Amino acid sequence: MSANIVYAIIVTSLATFLSRFLGALTSEGIKETSKVFKWFNCLAYATLAALIARTIIFPAGVLADASYYSRSIVVFLSLFVFFISKKNFVYPTIFSAICMALINNYI
Amino acid sequence: MIKKNFFFKGYRSIFTHDSPAIALTCCFIAIGALFKNLGFNIQESIFSTVLTYALPGSLVMAESMLIGASLLNIFLAVWIVNARLYPMAVSLFPLMMHKSQPKWKYYFSCHFIAISAWLIMKSNYKNIPKKHRIDYWIGIGSATVSVSVIGTFLGFSFSEHLNKDMMLGLAILNPVYFLCMMIGASKTIAVTLSVLFGTILGPIIYLLSPEWSILIAGIIGGTLAYLVGEHSVS
Repeated sequence: MSANIVYAIIVTSLATFLSRFLGALTSEGIKETSKVFKWFNCLAYATLAALIARTIIFPAGVLADASYYSRSIVVFLSLFVFFISKKNFVYPTIFSAICMALINNYI
Repeated sequence: MIKKNFFFKGYRSIFTHDSPAIALTCCFIAIGALFKNLGFNIQESIFSTVLTYALPGSLVMAESMLIGASLLNIFLAVWIVNARLYPMAVSLFPLMMHKSQPKWKYYFSCHFIAISAWLIMKSNYKNIPKKHRIDYWIGIGSATVSVSVIGTFLGFSFSEHLNKDMMLGLAILNPVYFLCMMIGASKTIAVTLSVLFGTILGPIIYLLSPEWSILIAGIIGGTLAYLVGEHSVS
């Protein structure tokens, strides 16, 4: 293994584990019925929603090669599939991949 | 030690009809292909997936390595991107804490905190006795990490066969799946508003501060949603 790559992986995993471990440590004094717990629950959902929205609207990596409009069309159509399939998670997920490949290729 | 039947019950959650297995595998196929393009070998790719097990963090590491960033820069960039794992841990572990369980289980299993495992646990924890939730959680985490390793291996092995359209399809699949899961999880006013505010504020704050946008949007959106939720209850 290349030393630089291994160091980068170790540093990345330490930076990631730090937040997880601090979260587990902090949890010891928090009851699931407390207001602090409810507040953190809202923070977690809002943070995840912000991450997902940012990934779709301002993507990094390969998704940045697709136009904003094609990404938006795929997400809205997938949400439509999600609701008409009685909130099934698998159909819209598979649909989104096929739809994105088709839109990017033909439109 | 770990109660086997609850561990395997958690492990089997990856095989249910609404499991994140497909989304997770596809994401890590893309990550495996990215690692190969970056010059990683197969051991390094799998080592990275197992040790980091957080998609945005892995992407930031890859981007940082491409521009030749220092280890300190990589650490800070990844830490900022993955700071969301802190509120996720604090909003999950109190549901699993039980005085009869050893603490090492909690410290070890916090490594499994990621969107997919977190959402599965949040949806199912009420069906598991509190004493055994940690074993169930370790089962879920082991299953999602296994799927991620398989995805990384497949992506690394077949990267030459993945054209741009296929990579795009794989890349959109993950946010769509998690968006659906978040909408599906929105069963109370507070959670629904958290998802709504986070979705709106995330991209807006990104225009002002790309690095901190997720955390700031999470804190503002989550706090507003919490206050409205508490007000509506009272």
